This record gives sequence, structure tokens and C-alpha cells, in this order.
Amino acid sequence: MSRLSDERVTSLHGAGGELMGKLLAERILPAFRLRRAGPIGLDELDDGAVIELPPGQVVVTTDNHAVKPFFFPGGDIGKLAVCGTANDLAVMGAQPVAITMALLLEEGFSLADLEAILTSAARELADLGLPLVAGDTKVMGRGELDGIVINTTGVGVAERAISDAGLAVGDAILVTGTVGDHGMALLAAREGFHLQTELTSDVAPLWPLLAPVLAAGGITAMKDPTRGGLAAALNEMARKARVGIEVRENAIPIRPEAQALSDLLGISPLEVACEGRAVIAVTADHAETVLSLLHAHPQGKEARIIGRAIPDYPGRVVLNTGIGGRRFLEMPVGDPVPRIC
Amino acid sequence: MGGRPALGIPLAVTEPRATPPFLLRDPARARALVDFLHRHAPPEMVRIVHVCGTHEMTIAENGLRSLLPSGVEVLEGPGCPVCVTPTVDLDRAVKIAERGAIVCTFGDMTRVPGTRVTLAEARAQGADVRVVLSAADAVVVARKNPDRDVVFFAVGFETTAPGTAAVLLDDPPPNFSVLCSHKLIPAALDALMATPPTRIAGFLAPGHVSTVIGAAAYRAVAARHHVPIVVAGFEPLDILYAIALVLRQVREGRAEVENGYPRAVSEEGNLRAQELLAMAFAPCDAVWRGIGRIPGSGLNIRDELARHDARHAFSVQAEEGEDKPPGCLCSEVLLARAVPTDCPLFRDPCTPLSPVGPCMVGSEGACSVWYRYGERPHL
Repeated sequence: MSRLSDERVTSLHGAGGELMGKLLAERILPAFRLRRAGPIGLDELDDGAVIELPPGQVVVTTDNHAVKPFFFPGGDIGKLAVCGTANDLAVMGAQPVAITMALLLEEGFSLADLEAILTSAARELADLGLPLVAGDTKVMGRGELDGIVINTTGVGVAERAISDAGLAVGDAILVTGTVGDHGMALLAAREGFHLQTELTSDVAPLWPLLAPVLAAGGITAMKDPTRGGLAAALNEMARKARVGIEVRENAIPIRPEAQALSDLLGISPLEVACEGRAVIAVTADHAETVLSLLHAHPQGKEARIIGRAIPDYPGRVVLNTGIGGRRFLEMPVGDPVPRIC
Repeated sequence: MGGRPALGIPLAVTEPRATPPFLLRDPARARALVDFLHRHAPPEMVRIVHVCGTHEMTIAENGLRSLLPSGVEVLEGPGCPVCVTPTVDLDRAVKIAERGAIVCTFGDMTRVPGTRVTLAEARAQGADVRVVLSAADAVVVARKNPDRDVVFFAVGFETTAPGTAAVLLDDPPPNFSVLCSHKLIPAALDALMATPPTRIAGFLAPGHVSTVIGAAAYRAVAARHHVPIVVAGFEPLDILYAIALVLRQVREGRAEVENGYPRAVSEEGNLRAQELLAMAFAPCDAVWRGIGRIPGSGLNIRDELARHDARHAFSVQAEEGEDKPPGCLCSEVLLARAVPTDCPLFRDPCTPLSPVGPCMVGSEGACSVWYRYGERPHL
């Protein structure tokens, strides 16, 4: 029979001794093929990594990922930790150049699960050609943490960074695909709901989709609608730019499965997270070009123009409802679905 | 009623059961109905009141008020069970929890302020307060904790009351009891019409409640107060259709009960559920927050089941206190005399995250719905 430490994370794994070295060498490092973005990377196990950057504006972002369940339809916390941070860079207009990863593990966490999570993260990084340049692992006592939390920090370079606030009256507003899939899929997968659905998370890296769009020009603002979903993203863009935004509910792509779950649970698909979508504001004369570039990519097949920036109601979002009515689309109150990203 | 053909009203919602749900959100049908409303709106101001949080959600989420003629108002009356539960009942629940019993109730109830604290605050101070989805879930808690008293704080209208009745009649464990604050909708409609000044031209009757009590249950109120009452469903077209039926009655000077939701609601209702209610409960007077005491509007647990009545099991005293924080318009909202945006506290400081009045606490409360769905008529 194998020893407990071969199967489960123990406090000794976090102590920095031999057991930690074994865990790193056997379980963690081999999964990642790209391990440097300059002269000093992961293999040196130095106090820091050295990155060589191409010219442009340097963009840095960081995110903690505490999703539950750790494995969900369409992804897992490892894939999410890579995409979440890489996508924050992408919607800033920055090509991801390097990423770091810090793991917080609860004592007793399954090493097989850890391996599966890291393999998944490594696969995403390989697909993106994004090196993991530094990392850290800490083990918390049982009950001090629920399973696993992953922090990732990303560094990217933008020719010209795109903010949330750059949109102006007349700009078209696009989404790159169906909204609410991630949040609704996670909710359905939670214990206690007993719901069966074909819906899977949309978690995916955005850079391959957005790179050609950025090159085409005309983009004035961009945001990934994670926590709070499309409703939060649009409200933030309207508030920061001090313009109104008018959207047509019928133009917003929503999967029937997500709509059905939404009706059942009373949670709007506009208010739950996406993890592989972007909201884009683009000057009116570039809108059709951007839309056709999105449609040309497998991830952007369902991209739609959903509305435009207007001079009325600055800071607010007006929703023209599917039935023909009109109301404000509000910033979501609280968190309808906790621990989703 | 029900059988009267919807002549002149352009809609196929009258065709029960076979109607696929997407047709009930069809913009072309909605436009035809809205045209009808605009053509047939009476010259005088018409105030229509519904008493259902789910109706308010449908109205707000679809922006239906923006489609109504300017002379037609639709207001939510006392339709949110959490909002109408009086402080005296909440105080009783808090005291029972503080005595060491496990108090189980629906999620929103834990956030409604009593005289001193909410149930959630009592929990933070060490009381055992648990959120359940049904009375049956509370019985499960009781069976898992045979050495503890478990009290289900029962709120809601005729929709949830049969669930409470069913567990009371199904030989629950001896440590299980119910603190009953169930309320009855027809008595509330009667009270709204009897409380001057009355400016209510018609009611939309709640679809879920009506599946239990049947359309016939409203006939006495309609006759006594000469007021049209139309049973309404929950899709946007259901609501527009029911409003059209009310307007037509107003124009024709009729005051009848009509069933605008025949695919779910029958004339006589759910007889089995009514039987359970009659076996477990007897009607009693009840206090509604913001409105006051309404005769025959509540349900008491019958004497035969007194061993499961928390009022007997725990002789806690609570007094009828002030139901309304200063400046709060909740009672006017519950009486359908004001809309949330009339209240000086709406949005600042009263929000769903830090509610002042009960209509901002209950997720079906008018203030909470207006806040979350950006409701503003005539946007």
C-alpha cells in the first residue's frame, strides 16, 4: 500500500523540505513544457524570473480562482486559472507573454486531482504558447481552506492598451458569443440541484480570437464579462465612459439551455459569468469588419452586434426587452452565484 | 367566466395547454395586445393591482409598464409573503430560536427586521437558524436532530400552505412544530377594497394561488365591491392579456371574475390541496405588515394538531410593534397607493444589500424588484 503522502496533500508538502521538492519535481513541473520567457525561468528555482519583453506597453494582471466544483462541464479550475488571467490581458489589448501560478492547497487534497488540474492548466498554456515562469505552493491545515485556490499573475504587451472607458457615443457594442454559459453550467453542476443539462462552460482563451480583431483597428473599449456577467460589464463601461448604452435583448445570443436554466432558477443569464467571451465597443465604421473577423474564428461564430453607445442616460444601460418593452439593465446586486471564477 | 370568448382581444393565450411557451413571449402578439390596450384604454385613470411577487418580476423584467397607455397603472399590492409578515411573528420566531430550538424558514425571511433583530442576526449571535426550501425539508432536519426542538416558521399564501398542511398531517416527529404565519389572498383583496380611499379599478389574481383555490374563490369579493378580478399567468403575454380583460370589463361596466390563465387554473381549483388546508388549519384574523389586522385572512393550526403548533409548544410572548421604519413608504406600497420610486428612501439609503423596509428585503417585494430590474415606467 502506498503511503498517504503519495495520494493526498499533507502539511509536509508545504514545508519546503524534501517532500515538497519531490512534489514539484514529480507532479508539478513536468506538466509545463514552456518554462521561461527570458534567461531565468521555472527550472532555475531562483527567487524570481527574468522576462524579456517585446516593445510596447506592459500590462500586468492578477486573479485568485476559487471556483466550485473544481471540475465542471467544459473545464476545471486549472484551465480557468490560465484563461481568466490570459483573458484579462487580451481584453486590455495585450498579447500574453508570461504567467506565474501560486497554489494554495488544503491538507488532504487529492494528488490525483491536483495532477489533473495542473495537466489541464499546462495544456491551455501550451496551446497559447504562454510560458509559466514562476510559482509557489502552500499547504493550509484541514478546514483552513476549501480544497484549492489558484492565483495566477499575467504579463502581457500591448501596442496600445484598450481600457473599459474608451467608448464614445455612436460606437457599436458587440459580444463575441453566447452569454451566461459558464455561470449556468456551474450552477447546474453544483451538488443539490440535481439538474441534467447539455450546457458546458464557455471557458476558453480569448487572445487567438481577439488578435486579428485588434489588428483591424477601431476598437475603443473591451471587457470580459466575468463576475456579474454582461450586465456588470456594460454598466461598468457606461459608467466609466459617462455614456449611455442601449442594447436589444433579442440580439443578445443566449443558448436555449442557459435560458431554460435561468427561467428555472430565477437567475438572469445576463448576470452570470462568462469565461471565454468579450464585450467589444468599436467605432461604427469598423463594426461590420470586426464582426466578420469574429465570425471567421471558430470561437466567434455567434458574435453579434447587440447595441450602441448613446448620449442619453449617461452611466446607465437601457435594455429594449424581447417583448418590446424598455427598462434599465442594472448592475447586479450582490453575487447571484458565489464561487464561480 | 372563463368560457366567455375573448372577442376583440387579439390573442391565442386563451387556447390552453397546447400553447408552446415561446409563443407567450412573441413580440408580434405582444404588439397586437398593446395596440388593443391603447385603443381601448378608458379616458379616466385606471389603477390595476396585482398581489404576486412573480407577476411583478414578469412585469419588471420585460419592461411591460413602458408599453401601457399613460392612463393605465399596474401596482403590486401585498403580494410578497415575506414583506407582509408582521414584526410580531418575526419577534416570536427570534425568541424561539434564542431559546435553543432550530428554526427553519425560507431564505428571505432570515433578513427581515423584527423589533430587535433579524433571524440572520440572531444566528450570528449563536441561534440555530436554517434556510430550507420546503416544510418537508424542515421535517428532515427534525428527524436528523431528534434531541432538539425544530420549528418551521411557515410563511406564504395558499401556494405554500398546502405543503405545510401535508407535513402536519403526515405524522411528523414529536420534536417538530410549525410557527404558522400563512395568509389568504381573497381576504387581502377584500381588505384593500374596504380600506378608503379606494382607487382600485381591477385586480390581477395570482396564478399560483389560483391553481389551489380556483377562480371561483374570488367571486364573493368581485360581487361585494363591484370590482373586476382576472386570474393571470406569469409569461409577459399572460399579463398583457389579463390587463386587456380588466380594461374591457372596466369599459363595459362589468365586475366579474375571469380566468386569463385557463391552462393552469380551473374554476374549482385543487380540491385535494383545499382538503388538506381544511384538515390542518382553521381561518383566523391575521396582522399584515403595513396594513394591519385583516379578519379571516390567516390560518391557525387546528386543535387536534396543537402538539405541533409552536405557539403552544413555546409560550413566547411578542407584542404587535411598529411595522414601519421612519420615512419608509412600504405600507403605502403594500396598500397599492404608491410605487417604490415614490419613496424618498428608495436607492439612497434603501437598497437590497442594506434594506430599510420589508419591500426591499423580500426578493419578490416591489422595491427589490424595481431596484434589481431597473423598473421605471415610461422610460
